[in-house]
Order: sequence, then structure tokens, then C-alpha cells
Amino acid sequence: MDSDDEFMSGLSSQDEDDFGGAQESDDGSLGDEFDDEEEPDVGFSQDKDLKPARKSYEVDYKVFSPADIQLHQDKQIDEVSAILGQPSEASAILLRHLRWNKERLIEAYMEKPDAVLETAGLGPDAAQTPTTKVIKGFTCDICCEDTPGLETYALKCGHRYCTDCYRQYLAQKIKDEGEAARIQCPTRGCHRIVDAKSLDLLVAAELRSRYQVLLTRTYVDDKENLKWCPAPNCEYAIECGVKKKDLSRIVPTVACSCKHRFCFGCTLSDHQPAPCSLVKQWIKKCEDDSETANWISANTKECPKCSSTIEKNGGCNHMTCRKCKHEFCWMCMGLWSEHGTSWYNCNRFEEKSGSDGRDAQAKSRQSLERYLHYYNRYANHEQSAKLDKDLYLKTERKMMNLQTASGMSWIEVQFLDTASQALQQCRQTLKWTYAFAYYLQRNNLTEIFEDNQKDLEMAVEGLSEMFEKPTTELAALKVDMMDKTSYCNKRRVILLEDTAQNLKAGE
Amino acid sequence: MFANKRLGKELAKIQQSLPPGIDFVSAPDFKQWEMDIRVLDANPLYADQTYRLRFRFSPNYPIEAPEVTFIHLSQPLRTIPIHPHIYSNGIICLDLLGTQGWSPVQNVESVCMSLQSMLTGNTKNERPPGDEEFVRRNTQRPRDIRFVYEDSSV
Ligand SMILES: [Zn+2]
Ligand SMILES: [Zn+2]
Ligand SMILES: [Zn+2]
Ligand SMILES: [Zn+2]
Ligand SMILES: [Zn+2]
Ligand SMILES: [Zn+2]
Repeated sequence: MDSDDEFMSGLSSQDEDDFGGAQESDDGSLGDEFDDEEEPDVGFSQDKDLKPARKSYEVDYKVFSPADIQLHQDKQIDEVSAILGQPSEASAILLRHLRWNKERLIEAYMEKPDAVLETAGLGPDAAQTPTTKVIKGFTCDICCEDTPGLETYALKCGHRYCTDCYRQYLAQKIKDEGEAARIQCPTRGCHRIVDAKSLDLLVAAELRSRYQVLLTRTYVDDKENLKWCPAPNCEYAIECGVKKKDLSRIVPTVACSCKHRFCFGCTLSDHQPAPCSLVKQWIKKCEDDSETANWISANTKECPKCSSTIEKNGGCNHMTCRKCKHEFCWMCMGLWSEHGTSWYNCNRFEEKSGSDGRDAQAKSRQSLERYLHYYNRYANHEQSAKLDKDLYLKTERKMMNLQTASGMSWIEVQFLDTASQALQQCRQTLKWTYAFAYYLQRNNLTEIFEDNQKDLEMAVEGLSEMFEKPTTELAALKVDMMDKTSYCNKRRVILLEDTAQNLKAGE
Repeated sequence: MFANKRLGKELAKIQQSLPPGIDFVSAPDFKQWEMDIRVLDANPLYADQTYRLRFRFSPNYPIEAPEVTFIHLSQPLRTIPIHPHIYSNGIICLDLLGTQGWSPVQNVESVCMSLQSMLTGNTKNERPPGDEEFVRRNTQRPRDIRFVYEDSSV
């Protein structure tokens, strides 16, 4: 077996620190003023009995709006300003210069205040307002302009250019390169930072707001416990205390106010229960093997009985051939009737042992088969999640029809939305359980894991099938569907809980 | 255009004098120029060879770095010099040509000199790691590639 197949054996059980515990307040900035804020909804609102304590797969985190971020910055700036006796403008420059490491700044400043001020571009005469100058006989090294009366500008380093060139240079940095807090002098090798006052003097008004946004970004970019939500156009940031070294034993899924759920460790979409390193390995493996595996994830298959082409159009794995009415499982192509009562190992890959494992060819075939087994199921849930989503969009219209037909209110048809969300989330989890299982070493815990996986899989297929029923039947199914939804969520919690506990224990 | 005045001045200077081993080839407009460079010492990797450089300027030059590549010609013969930072399609991985390393005070002449000394100092008869793969896949223009300059010594 390859070394990358032995993920679980590589887990060490070193220090038993509490990951989810109180955040180490290595910066005092994160005040209490946000504690009253509504906690992000990571629980399952319809499952009140499961709600109270934090689960072992959950982590503490907070969602910050752009206004929150600004507030936190301002607070830090005020604190530093009070300690160092510097105006807040200068304190902001100092903090950005030292990448928002307040302790380091104060320490360095106490030791050598002049040197710190100087390198941050706040030398002794920083109080002076910078001005442009006309210098006799000046030629600009950037544009080669030497017209008399040319306005010029230089930072403390004395490297002087015409103001037009300076403006162009700053505009390029801000607009195209997204830099703001650490733009250097245009001279090659000169590391003098263009300070805020010079920027105010030279940057055109229409770029100021962009510049302010970029300055705000540095606050989040520079802090290890803050990350931007990766959803397109989302302006929120998440604060979470989970450190890089913790990532082998915890999967820190966070949910932004924009509803996007992602992993704080690697910023990919939620991949619980699989740890980041395993996800990275798996994605790479899938890319490398994509040509071999592609046919599996194709959206059409032949009916195992009559060989007519069948296209999967819903998220459910229970297929009925239009032509011969044969009922089978999309995943394993086996008889569906055998699934209903006993889910016959559809989630489990039977490791073949014995004589045929000896010769290399059989071995490599078996290793491919094993991979395809898990990949097939992984890809299937990915595909189904997409189809469930499409289905929901279609259902939304039907929901409205149902409202008019049955007299149900919009609130009363919300159970479909809840079910759809549960399906999405459970499929996301199931998808990653297969990547996880691929790297799982066989031991007594594997069976528990596979049983949990199987239970969730069955619950999801049941709900998914119900979800695809014609609109006219949906009203009558409401109670049943709500029960199934809550059961799915329960199974998901159990699976994540068990896996997270084992991961944390390093087993 | 912002670039024109500066390029006009550069051209006037280049046509007057250039350091040894650097020759002006053509400048039909202010968008694209060609230059030849030679290594002056007896470095066996580049002995008796002349290499052709193509400069492409944006209207925002010299605030924006020019795109500089080695080009292949059969008449006169110009090959792509072998170097651990030069891909076999002529794309150069050099920090001073990237947004971080570029300074608007540099010019065509100083870039030629930097590349000349980059060749002079090299003793490795090799292409960058992953050259084949890079050349096969790459359809990007050099300015759209984000290089990681892990080795500034070469
Ligand atoms: Zn100028
Ligand atoms: Zn300077
Ligand atoms: Zn978001
Ligand atoms: Zn992750
Ligand atoms: Zn059939
Ligand atoms: Zn099956």
C-alpha cells in the first residue's frame, strides 16, 4: 500500500490540548462587545433536542462584518496610541508596518523608539506635511521629463521623481497590484515605505476608497486567527482560534453570515469529517487519476437488464428503467429490492485478500478498483448534491403552485427548503466520508465508521427519494418528510461526532 | 501615451551608445523592440553565441514592467540560452521583470545588462525544473504568470 494510503496510522497522539476551547487571547483586541451577537447558525434548528452543547466536531468562531473589522482596528489603534503616546494616524502606520503585531510593536518601540519610527516612515520631522517641490535643472528618471517648473516629490530617502510619475506609480500599485500599506519607493532596492501622508498627497480622490479598503484588508491578511470568507463578493471575515498545527486532529468548519460553509484551515468548502491534509491528498489523487476515473462519474449508464440508456436526473440512487421498469441502485447497479431492507454493502469496499494479491498486476488492478470504489461514491454524492440543488430550484416553483392549490402558507411549505438544505449538507458530509474511508486503516473503529456512513447514506437516499415525488403528493408527505429530514441531520451529527472524537484522540 | 516620451529618450540614447555585448536591433514603434546580447567572457555555455531579446511595452511603461523574452530565429541564428531560469520557449523567470521586483527607474539597457550578467554568472547547463511541462502547457503571456522567485542567487 502506498504511504498516502496510511493516513490514520500517521496520526500521533501528542499533547492533548483542547482545540475548541477558549481562544488564546494573544491579542486583547477581541473584546466582549461582540459576545452578545447572535451565534452563527451551525446547529440544526429543527432539532432542538440536539442543540445545546457544542459538538466535538464544532469549533468556536465569530463572523465579522466590514464594520466589525473597522471597529477592531480602531480599538487596537486607540490602545497603541494611548500606550505609545503617538497620534492615532501614526499608531495605525506603526501597527500596519509591524503586521498588526501589537506586542512586538510595543516591545520594539520601548527599546528603540526612533528606529521604529524611522523605518515606518515616521522620522523626526514626520509632523511636517509633505509637499511637492520644483527643483531647478531636474530630470525625472522615470519619464525623462526635464521641462522647467516640473513638480517633483521625494520620500525621506531622497529619491525624487516628478509627481505625475509618482501618481502613476501609486495608482498602478493600488489599482492593479492591490497594495496599500507597504508600497515601496519606486527606486530599485530602496525599501522606504510610502507613508499615509504621502499617499494622501499624491493619490487621486477616486482611488482613496480603494486604498482604504486595502488598508482594512491588511488587518485580516496579517492575522493568523482571521480569514476572509472565500465566497465570491463576500466581505465578511471569520475569526477562529484553530492553529495550523491542530489541523491533523480537527476539521474547523465555519459558517459565514452569507451562508457559505467552509474550512477555516484550508478555506475549501466544508469537508468534514476528512482532515485538510487528507482532502489535499485526495483532490490531487483525483486530478491525477481523473482520466481513469472519469467514465465512472458520467451521468448516463445502461440499464443492467435491458441495456437502454438511462440518464440520472435526480439526486436519488433508486433508479427505475423507463423501458423495462427494472429497479436498481445507481451506485452499485445492484437490485434495489435488496437495498430497501438490507443495504448490502453498498458503502463498503470488500478488501480482497489471499492468493491473487500476490502478483503485481492483480495488485495494481485491485488498488485501482479500490480507489474507483471510493471515487465512484464520492463523485456520486457530488453529482447528486448538484442535482438536488437543481431539483430544489424546480421545486421552489412547485411550492408556489402548491401554496395556491392547497391553501398552505409560504411558512407551511418551508419544510421543503429545510429538507433540501439537509440533503445538501448530508451529501457534502457523505462525499467526504468516502475520501476519508479510502485512507482509513482497517481496525475496529472502521466498522463503526462504516456503519455510521451506511446509516447516513440510507437516511439520505430515503429523503432524496421522497423529495423527488410529484408536487401533488408533497402536501400529504409533509410530516413524514420533516421526520426524515430530522433523522438525516441526526445521523450526520452522530457520524461527525464519532469521527471527530477519534480524530482528536489520534486514533 | 505615457510610455512614448520615455521610450523616445531611451531610443535616442541607445542609438548613440550601448555597453559592450549589447546591440540594438529594431524599434519599429513604441510597442515592441528587439535587442541582441552576448556574453563577454569565455563561459563555455554561451561562447560565440548571440541571443535575441524581444521587449514588449504597455502604454503604462515604465510604471509597468516590459515583457521580455528570448526569441528563436534561424536567420540569423538565434537560440534560447540554456539557464535554470530560462524556459526553452524563451520565457524568463527573473524577479526584476515581475511586479514586485520591477522599478520604473530601470530601462531597456539596464534589463539587457542584468540578463547579460545573469548568463555570465551561470555554470549550470540546465533548464528550469518542469521545463517540458511548462512549455507544453503554457499559453500565457509572461506578464500573466506568477513566478515564485525562490532562488535569487542565479
Ligand atoms: Zn516623471
Ligand atoms: Zn527611495
Ligand atoms: Zn461569506
Ligand atoms: Zn480544510
Ligand atoms: Zn431497463
Ligand atoms: Zn447499491
